[in-house]
Amino acid sequence: MSTAAVVAVSPVRRAVARFLANPTTGIGIILCILVALSAVLAPILSPHDPIEQDVIAQLSPPSATHPLGTDYFGRDVLSRILWGGRISLIVSLTAIAAAIVIGGAIGMISGYIGGRLDNLIMRVMDVLLSFPSLILGLIVVALLGPDLVNLVVAIGLTAIAPFARIARAPVLALKERAFVEAGRALGYSHARILFVHILPNILSEVLVMGSLWMATAVRTEASLSFIGLGVKPPTPTWGGMMRDGFENILDAPWLAIFPGIAILLLVLALNMVGDGLRDATDPKLRAE
Amino acid sequence: MIGFVVQRLIAAAPTLIAVLTLVFVIVRIVPGDPALVILGDQATPEAITALRARLGLDRPLHEQYFEFLFASLTGDFGTSLVTGRPIVSEVAAVLPHTLDLTGAAMVIGTAVGVPVGIWAALHRNRAIDVAARILSLLGLSFPVFVSGIFLLLLFALHWKIFPVIGNANLADPVDRIHKLVLPAITLGLVMAAYITRVTRSAMLHVLSEDFIRTARAKGVPWRAVVWKHGLRNALIPVVTVVGLYVGILIGNSVLTEIVFNRPGLGKIIVGALNQRDYSMLQGLMVIYCFLIVVVNLITDLTYGLIDPRVKHA
Repeated sequence: MSTAAVVAVSPVRRAVARFLANPTTGIGIILCILVALSAVLAPILSPHDPIEQDVIAQLSPPSATHPLGTDYFGRDVLSRILWGGRISLIVSLTAIAAAIVIGGAIGMISGYIGGRLDNLIMRVMDVLLSFPSLILGLIVVALLGPDLVNLVVAIGLTAIAPFARIARAPVLALKERAFVEAGRALGYSHARILFVHILPNILSEVLVMGSLWMATAVRTEASLSFIGLGVKPPTPTWGGMMRDGFENILDAPWLAIFPGIAILLLVLALNMVGDGLRDATDPKLRAE
Repeated sequence: MIGFVVQRLIAAAPTLIAVLTLVFVIVRIVPGDPALVILGDQATPEAITALRARLGLDRPLHEQYFEFLFASLTGDFGTSLVTGRPIVSEVAAVLPHTLDLTGAAMVIGTAVGVPVGIWAALHRNRAIDVAARILSLLGLSFPVFVSGIFLLLLFALHWKIFPVIGNANLADPVDRIHKLVLPAITLGLVMAAYITRVTRSAMLHVLSEDFIRTARAKGVPWRAVVWKHGLRNALIPVVTVVGLYVGILIGNSVLTEIVFNRPGLGKIIVGALNQRDYSMLQGLMVIYCFLIVVVNLITDLTYGLIDPRVKHA
């Protein structure tokens, strides 16, 4: 009976242990680290310049000099995939970070104030939530113009409502708790109660959602680039590369296959980590 | 039941107005003059003024807003700036294609997802459950244009079982179905992955409830417990997810239509983006709003069918 020794373990350590015990989580973490490293180290790892054209090597299949082949302009696909990972990661990380901060703040304040204002804010969030996120992103980017910042704005906008919801729900219960009342009795400001005392209690839930939404953000960025609303060429993006590959699908199928695998791997890895985090922190599963 | 439907319809009205307001705000909030965006930098000031007048942009904002609301609610979604035809008729011309695709995808998603989810839940942590979990995780992670292109490469270009071009002749049922198979599978598999997950976890949750134990204890056969007591209660979250999923389905159908070169709302959107058909984009957003509100209404009504308690609440 080894369980007897685990009695005094803190919930955090128990969550960490369960998180690591799950093999899919482990694989997900390793994959995420690999993709992140390959994007960060792209200048060192890439065998060629990602935007340098070589007309003679146009559409050449995978070979020793070009392990994943070349595209229509003779650019090395492997180097472009390594560099393209940077755009995917930068856009999705910033968009989700912004959505967590803005959406989280809206949800917390709304839940803390309560009453009619809360009702109104949540109605607006429901409306935002009910709108198809890809269509919303697509129209925002189309109206603002496709560039890195506008992509972040569009993808962040589609993710604000879910974070507002996830942050609001626990605040409704927490604001009735004794420690909040104690804070008020001590004369703390609302901002201090909300962001110093309530925030730490909801942080894990919000961050778990964040990792799952990262996967969605990567997918949305790739989809928008595939439609032609991504960061402008010649900057390599995975979705943009899929678009080029799709146009040359009869002559050079590898152009679509390799970036497709890259997108799939990153989204899969993020989903695995998100799932593992959620299972590890879910109080319902903890009770089992 | 009729009372329930009327009550839901009344409840849907404010949502519709709120969504329409959102569309109005999004289109107006964008910096810059839409007339300038449409006509480009080279346009003369006269041309811009004329277009602003045509779009109604020269009038006070509240007037524009109420006119937009009134027009939308009476079914007037505007006319395309490029073709000059009403947006309703542009959309009506291709809507059968999009409905074919999304309808078939929903059927595939439900027909695969619900049974697999139940099966996995009943065999928790066994090989079948692990396989279902891995496959659904994979299905959720595939961006639909990636899986679409992969399927296209395999089944249309390599094995040549299905056609590459998806412009089906609607009058010919064989051609219509033949060209629908690959796109519908592409779109349906992602949905099946979602539904498998939700069905599995809903089923697991319900099967751990006390009333299931009671039913078992009083001697109800296991089969009846699963199908009558378990599934019926597990269906509520599943229907919720199917309803919420429609938003994702609409987005994914745009990508699928591009990959398989099918006519439909997706191609209209992309065409409008390329031609800067600002009126068309706004009209399409309004149409999507109506779609979403209708789907939410259907979801609510389905609750009433599955769970009699909802109707009387």
